[in-house]
Amino acid sequence: MSGSHGGRNLLAGQATHEDERIFEKPGAKGGVKRGLGRFFAYLRPYRRRACLISLTIIAATLGQVALPMAIRQAVNSAIGQSSMPLSHGILLFIALAGSNALFGYLQEYHATQLAQRVVLDLRSAMFAHLQRVSLSFLDRTQTGRLMSRLQGDVGTLQEFLEQSISSLGDVLLLLGIIIVLLVMNWRIGAITLLVLPVLFIARLVWQPWAQRRFRRARDASSTVNAALAENINGIRTVQESRREDHNFTQYARKAEDNFQAAMSSSRAAQSIVPAVDILTGIAMATVILASAGAVLHGKLGAGEMVAYFFYVQRFFDPIRSLSMQYTIASRAAVAAQRIFEILDVGIDVQDKPDALPLPAAPCAISFRDVSFGYVPGRQVLHNVSFEVAANQTIALVGPTGSGKSSIAALLHRFYDAWSGEISIAGVNVRDVTQDSLGQNIAMVLQEPFLFSASVMENIRYNTAAATDERIIAAARTVRAHDFIMDLPHGYNTMLGQAGRNLSIGQRQLISFARALVADPKILILDEATASIDSFTELEIQEALAVLRQGRTSVVIAHRLATIRDADLILVLHGGRIVERGDHGQLLAQNGLYAKLHRSSRTSFDDLLTAQ
Amino acid sequence: MDATPLTDVTGQKRFEARPKVLRRLYAYVLAYRLRLAVAVAVTVGSAMLNLLTPHFLGVAVDQAHALLLAGPAAGAQRALKITALIVVTISLVRGLLTGYQGYIQEYLAQRVGADLRLAYFAKLQRLSFSFHDAVHSGDLITRGMLDIEGVRGFLETGFLRTINVTLLVAIGTAGLLTADWRTGLCALSFVPFVAWRAVRMGVALRITWQRVQALNAVITRRMEENLRGMRVVRAFAAHAHELAKFNHAAAEAVRLSALRISQRSRSVRTMNLAYYLAMALVLLVGGQRVHHHLITIGTLTEMLTFMTVLQPPLRQIGFIVNAGARASSAGARLFEVLDFDPVIANAPDAVDLPHAPAALQFSDVSFRYPAAAPGRYALSDISFTVAPGQVLGIAGPPGSGKSTIAQLIPRFYDAGSGSITVGGIDVRDLTLASLREAVGLVQQDVFLFDTSVHDNIAYADPLTEEEEVFGAAQTAQIHEHIAQLPQHYQSRVGERGVGLSGGQRQRLAIARGLLADPQIIIFDDSSSAIDAATEVELRAALDHKLQGKTIIVIAHRLNVLRNADEILVLDQGRIAERGTHAALLAGQGLYADLWRLQNQGAA
Repeated sequence: MSGSHGGRNLLAGQATHEDERIFEKPGAKGGVKRGLGRFFAYLRPYRRRACLISLTIIAATLGQVALPMAIRQAVNSAIGQSSMPLSHGILLFIALAGSNALFGYLQEYHATQLAQRVVLDLRSAMFAHLQRVSLSFLDRTQTGRLMSRLQGDVGTLQEFLEQSISSLGDVLLLLGIIIVLLVMNWRIGAITLLVLPVLFIARLVWQPWAQRRFRRARDASSTVNAALAENINGIRTVQESRREDHNFTQYARKAEDNFQAAMSSSRAAQSIVPAVDILTGIAMATVILASAGAVLHGKLGAGEMVAYFFYVQRFFDPIRSLSMQYTIASRAAVAAQRIFEILDVGIDVQDKPDALPLPAAPCAISFRDVSFGYVPGRQVLHNVSFEVAANQTIALVGPTGSGKSSIAALLHRFYDAWSGEISIAGVNVRDVTQDSLGQNIAMVLQEPFLFSASVMENIRYNTAAATDERIIAAARTVRAHDFIMDLPHGYNTMLGQAGRNLSIGQRQLISFARALVADPKILILDEATASIDSFTELEIQEALAVLRQGRTSVVIAHRLATIRDADLILVLHGGRIVERGDHGQLLAQNGLYAKLHRSSRTSFDDLLTAQ
Repeated sequence: MDATPLTDVTGQKRFEARPKVLRRLYAYVLAYRLRLAVAVAVTVGSAMLNLLTPHFLGVAVDQAHALLLAGPAAGAQRALKITALIVVTISLVRGLLTGYQGYIQEYLAQRVGADLRLAYFAKLQRLSFSFHDAVHSGDLITRGMLDIEGVRGFLETGFLRTINVTLLVAIGTAGLLTADWRTGLCALSFVPFVAWRAVRMGVALRITWQRVQALNAVITRRMEENLRGMRVVRAFAAHAHELAKFNHAAAEAVRLSALRISQRSRSVRTMNLAYYLAMALVLLVGGQRVHHHLITIGTLTEMLTFMTVLQPPLRQIGFIVNAGARASSAGARLFEVLDFDPVIANAPDAVDLPHAPAALQFSDVSFRYPAAAPGRYALSDISFTVAPGQVLGIAGPPGSGKSTIAQLIPRFYDAGSGSITVGGIDVRDLTLASLREAVGLVQQDVFLFDTSVHDNIAYADPLTEEEEVFGAAQTAQIHEHIAQLPQHYQSRVGERGVGLSGGQRQRLAIARGLLADPQIIIFDDSSSAIDAATEVELRAALDHKLQGKTIIVIAHRLNVLRNADEILVLDQGRIAERGTHAALLAGQGLYADLWRLQNQGAA
């Protein structure tokens, strides 16, 4: 399966730490044709339109092929070798030119419409796919690199599609001209056409050589763009660390690489140009020489000769523009390949065909013998089992990397467990639709993420049905109302990028409000209060108590103060549950939990490091 | 659409010199005079050769026609052979020149593209925080990616081709008019029409391109936020919502592109029609003149083939004008950033801060963020002094202005009124480089670069000795943890620093701040996620390491501040209370209330 193959390559790529180019694997040759082939599959939904376009192309091309015939007619009338008056030939010429313009416009208009739609579909598919690929893939892939595919490569494909339609016309034109040349005078025609195999062989040699350069150029451009993106996103740290000069030097090196790669690609593209031009010259010379004999034998008039020159020139026009198209097509093939690499990243978690929505019952949670890891061979959870009754609170504590967040991720089915069973309200999470899981589970993460939209939209987020009143009520509940009202436009204040105009604590309050508005049956708080400062922490604790009412809650923390009143506390270490019970029971067990509680340390990490 | 221009959000004067954009781009090209001269010479050469071809084809037809009329003659045959040879030679030289022209024009375009890239990058690094606060990074990335590409594309395809077309028309005009001015005029009759259409198309397309580019910025932003916020998107199962948001913008982009293309296509097709009508005119007028033996059939052939030479450039005019329109609006977006006044820059007579312990003083400082509501001050009348070797603590609820104080010191923003002095000199009179070198700021929000732990710590100075990196990590209490990572200091922490807890990331940031050995160091809530016990050890290590430095500690856990020489309690941008820990406790105010609350809450 090519799909899983691509995915594995991506996995393999991240192991080499020095290699920043997660995807850019060298020497991917064979995929080029396949890339474009798959790309054309996206045309299928627009078959009708494609047929219409083909008809207009044929009509426009016929006009073009016939034009020199009208010229021949006119020339022959002019030198008195034809009985038809000059004006007839010219009227024919005008009629042909008019139909050419009309059909040409229709062709271009519809073709570009088609191109745009296909590109939109492709981009949408990529975007939609990224919503489903595993989070670990996204974690280790630079956003800038994905962006360069979503933007740069899609743009290249669009350019290709816009222009490739005209190259379809070029192919037809070429065919038409060949036929006319042979019909007009088969001997001269055949001699002229002898240049074609030469061109063909030249291209065979050129193609693989040029292809490598095109790919390198695209990769270099992707690298330089990723560097720009990272620098823009980390600009504050850059300025704080006074790294401007150093970063500039690094970036300049990447830009220079990009320049060199582009030039090498240009050398490849241009090297084919003289070949085409010289062959044009040879073909014309052939016509001139052959005509001498043919004219003598009365087989060729001046009108035919003029028409021949027209055809020979027009003959190389499509070839030349096809050469150019070929360059664009090669670049597009590389771009398509890079896009399909994304579409090929495996989706680990999918709805079963007969998946049902989560039943509307209170949500008890159970983990039975669950084992799991992100990468084969590196197990993160070992035989984890526990049960939580509906509307109770379970707390997960333990050092960083002990598997707390993995449990939360499995519950939400971001990943599938290797073995064991996870069920909510008695139903295996694999048997329900992911959408219904999302509707019933809300998560608040350690790092609040806000979108550049108004405060109101940020709180409403995916709950389209929530009224403004409900949103304001939620904000009041989590004590966010007052500071929101202090913003320049209250709830309608546009938040800057990632809510930059708010403190982290305030951002977190907004994400609490967002969770409250979503009104989930299960609430997961993943280190959600870690960045809330103590001025508000007490208030938040009250708000959280309200938030947890009537919901099954999973609270992850490495500080103990926040979880003391949980119904069940699991202490995790190395992916195993090492202690379980409520606060009192755990203290009585005199284990890790009790030790942490006694020491002044508030985090397991430091307890273990200090040991 | 929420794609506001830079100027609207940053409040600076609008960049208005749009028509001058292309001229400014040419100025970049002019930096490569020699190459440009070669490029122009090559272009002229290939244009001339292009024009010679029709002439010799005309000659060939006349020779053949003479052969037909006069019968076989060795001289005529030889003449035809020579003409054939000339045609091949011309094609050969022309092909080489055309290929070289393509290469050199790409060279110029790529060179200018690289220059713009670097200028853009360098500028972004100098623009102040208030600029970066106001402009979305997705917008800046779009400009750096797509707009530079747009400019480069024009220089590559449009710039020299314009010269080429102009030359063809100019030289061709002269040649045709001398051959037979009547028919020649007919052959050229379409040129004015095409020129007029091209100008009109350029204007229409430029407007469309501006909208397309603004929309592209919106799409980029949507995609970027989606990718960065993926955990939230997943947590709320919001992919349908996100997809709808994205598709809305993307569909709008398609609509605009369709408009752009139909504008272009309509113009190009009418230009083409004009061309063919001119050819019909040549046939009519020229045909009659041939009929009346006023010109030879060869001259008519020359006219007609000359027109075929013009056809490819005519086809390209659409692309050229389109690329030019795109370049001028993309260039305007680039220059908008490049021309942006950095606001915070060295004063003309700025001096270097001496490398010595320096006191810090705020006198009556007030400050308001540019985007804040009028009258809403982040800081009002703040005054304090911290001498070398002293520690100033700052506490206060979220939004009370603690971080704003921190960011004013290294001049990430400039105070609205009042003055800030370091070592007795106003920060605005110091060179930015020496000021920022003297001031270290460690923030709560840690940005880790997509590279190794080592490189992240040694970020300020990649050439730092290994031992120093280890030393800083030890002081920051993170060395032992790093030692446990799979590849130790070479472990990659990734774009989002996945694999480190909040506290670990903060300690990494502290190590990063220490390594630069600043005279004034500010800890802006930089230990919020670090637990109390580790923090005590951290504090002890820092006390030792930072002797004689001027220190500011911003914290919400008050026991961190206990040993400060002075503590400011901020509330809504004003100093509500100040004094030592003991004095503040005795004062029974906000600080004392909080102290009780926090120490009761801790186990």
